[in-house]
Amino acid sequence: MQDGMSRRNFLGLGVALVAQDSLAGRGRLGTLRDPTVVGQPRAPTREGENSAEIQAIETRLACNCGCTLDVFTCRTTDFSCTYSPKLHREVLALREQGLTAQQVLDAFVAKYGEKALMAPKPRGIVNLTGYLLPGAVILAAGVGLFALIARRKVAVAGAAAADGLAPEVPAANASPEELERLRQALSQVDD
Amino acid sequence: MTLLGQFALWAAFVIALWAVVISFSGRWRDRPELAATVVRSVYAVFACLVVATLALWKGLVTHDFNIEYVAAYTSRNLPSYFVFSALWAGQKGSLLFWATVLSLFASLAQLLTSRRYAHLMPYVAGVTSAVVAFFVSVMIFGSNPFERLPFTPADGRGLNPQLQNVGMVIHPPMLYLGYISITIPFAFAIAALLTRRLDTGWIQAIRKWTLVSWLFLSIGITLGMWWAYVELGWGGYWAWDPVENASLLPWLTMTAFLHSVMIQEKRGMLKRWNLGLIIGTFLLSIFGTFITRSGVIASVHSFTQSNVGYFFLGFLVVAAVLSFTLLYTRWPQLEAEVRLESMLSREAAFLFNNLLFVGIAFSVLWGTLFPILSEAIRGTKITVGPPFFNRVNVPLGLLLLTLTGIGPLIAWRKASAANLRRQFVAPLTTGLVTLVALVGAGMRDPYPLVAYALAGFVAGTIGQEFYRGVRARRRMHGEPVPVAFFRLIERNRRRYGGYIVHAGIIIYFAAFAGMAFKVQQEATLKPGESVELKSPFGHRYRFTHVGISQYEALNRVVSAATVQVTKDGKADGLLTSEKRQHVDSFKRPTFEPSTEVGIRSGLQEDVYLVYAGSVDGTEEAVYRINLNPLVWWVWFGGFVLAFGGIVTMWPGGGPLIASRRPVQAGYGVSLAGAGAAVEAEKD
Repeated sequence: MQDGMSRRNFLGLGVALVAQDSLAGRGRLGTLRDPTVVGQPRAPTREGENSAEIQAIETRLACNCGCTLDVFTCRTTDFSCTYSPKLHREVLALREQGLTAQQVLDAFVAKYGEKALMAPKPRGIVNLTGYLLPGAVILAAGVGLFALIARRKVAVAGAAAADGLAPEVPAANASPEELERLRQALSQVDD
Repeated sequence: MTLLGQFALWAAFVIALWAVVISFSGRWRDRPELAATVVRSVYAVFACLVVATLALWKGLVTHDFNIEYVAAYTSRNLPSYFVFSALWAGQKGSLLFWATVLSLFASLAQLLTSRRYAHLMPYVAGVTSAVVAFFVSVMIFGSNPFERLPFTPADGRGLNPQLQNVGMVIHPPMLYLGYISITIPFAFAIAALLTRRLDTGWIQAIRKWTLVSWLFLSIGITLGMWWAYVELGWGGYWAWDPVENASLLPWLTMTAFLHSVMIQEKRGMLKRWNLGLIIGTFLLSIFGTFITRSGVIASVHSFTQSNVGYFFLGFLVVAAVLSFTLLYTRWPQLEAEVRLESMLSREAAFLFNNLLFVGIAFSVLWGTLFPILSEAIRGTKITVGPPFFNRVNVPLGLLLLTLTGIGPLIAWRKASAANLRRQFVAPLTTGLVTLVALVGAGMRDPYPLVAYALAGFVAGTIGQEFYRGVRARRRMHGEPVPVAFFRLIERNRRRYGGYIVHAGIIIYFAAFAGMAFKVQQEATLKPGESVELKSPFGHRYRFTHVGISQYEALNRVVSAATVQVTKDGKADGLLTSEKRQHVDSFKRPTFEPSTEVGIRSGLQEDVYLVYAGSVDGTEEAVYRINLNPLVWWVWFGGFVLAFGGIVTMWPGGGPLIASRRPVQAGYGVSLAGAGAAVEAEKD
């Protein structure tokens, strides 16, 4: 105090230091009053571990905790899951070994079986059936429907010809009065 | 009260069984008083189930934790509206809710159905009573909501945090109402088959019911998507989860029915198909319940699994065998009254539309069951997730969207080349302009491009229909445009309500396609640190971590992590995501900490913030941030869809006689006179 700093200045400095610490990003990292209520402790996200490439790989891999989500979605959604962070670390380790995305997926299939993938590979008779059957059924039904309609169309035209009826009513010329009458009739039908 | 509830359940069971026996024995045909008794028994069952429901509600509200269900799903500090909704939060309560609402619908069907269909009503009562008896029997013998514990806990376990959301107060009842009301059209279909009155009478009797079912299912599914989006925190609204699929299946077949039934009404065709669709829709609703409750397929909706699923499997098999056998025995009497005349007709378009609806339903069912089939055949477990469903179903969905645009443009019976040219020019132009504009804007992904082009095409179709309708009214009645527009809808609610529904579907498709462009990023931030993301619309968002605060609220301890958002350099407010540790009234933790997402919704995109956790118990927070395009439009599409459904089913409005009149002339009748042409291919 003898150096010229008054009590008021000293207190002001203290307030300024406290205030500076309390500004976001400028002071010591605050601790949570109760860290147990925010779920599992998290590790900081490292550079590159959430790149588009890693996301693309992890969204094709299924988490094996039974959640039906992919690894990326599960580890960034279900924060009680212990499986997806582990699988994430495996993906990172494989990538660091220099494996391509496809090789990472293959390594997962080799280790965990085909269920590691979010969708089965379109290979083998059973899997191909899985992919193609719905489309094939619809295509077959569509072709069948087309053939049925075509056949019936022929039958209808044949019946009409046998009855001596023209299959279509020809366009008619009408007077303004007739036109007005038709308008009235139409307005009752569909108005 | 539990004793009263138990008694009410047994009484409902016995009365319902009695109604079933009397109804199907056919004894009432000779004795009118018996027919009246069958109908009255429906009301009696409803009264019993209301008593049972009130008894359980009383247990919930008074915190009678000696009742196992009350202890399992509530706690003393649970907010009262969640105590109320806890009735359908667990399996036992939801079974009771289901049975009660079904008996309410069964009673309404008896009360509101015209006397013209009196010959069907005892059988309708029999079928609905059989279904009610089944649900009550599941409760009595497998999953009793009034089961008591050997001791009384001081507090209950509380409600699953994911169910403590306003969406879960509304979403399950809506979905249940959809599932449950399907029973009424099914009952009429069975009654028509039993009585051999197989004309279109039963179709007209159930028209409102099918629309009610479809409307509730639509609202329920949309609310389910909303709940998943705001509560589950994975950043999307549809994950092709088996339970989600189970709700979609009956919606698809019901929608197919709503289209094909028009062909039966107009042309007397597709009688067998329509009966098959109604039976199939009912069975799929039971199948959905089986999937939800059996745990036979892994699902995120795991809180309702138990062995009662196999009750449903048994019921499903019995109902399928009996229904389809009955349909088979009536097959010859269900011959179409006329034949399809042309591939270029609205009937044909509706047929292909039905084919796609049922095909997509098959595809979804197939994908849902494929893991089981694969394991049974190959002995290998596989996962069938969104990539499989998207690969198989997206092309089918786009085909369906195409037919949504084509159907209304084609005339009944047979369209001429001139008719097609005149009808298709404007919609095709709209679709092409949309395509060119998007390619010009730099969009290259094929599926979204096709989806938006087709959405433009269908929008062109709908716009053209409204434009021509309004123009015709202006010519005939000299009305101003707004008056003509509203009267057009008012006078033909079924047709124009349907177009509004189609508009909702376009909005859905456009919004779904938008999610192909979502951006997501995980970031670890200390207070003051920030991360930047660029949205698909070109906006630059910066998220600066402000800090984490912890406080107690109601039945939970909240850790709220807040970021400051700037959009294109301008302040855009604060956004907070929470971790919630729910506790009982003794402050004991009840569940794992749950996450509350922070969402800022906009017309272009949603900012979606998830607080994943903290590093070493400090304020250093791990976030997942999503920029989800066009999500707001999903909810708006759902609103438009529901609004269109309400317009369609609103009583009155429209020429009743004309709408039921068979089509007489489906092709264009060109009248050359006074320089005008009037086309008569209206439906």
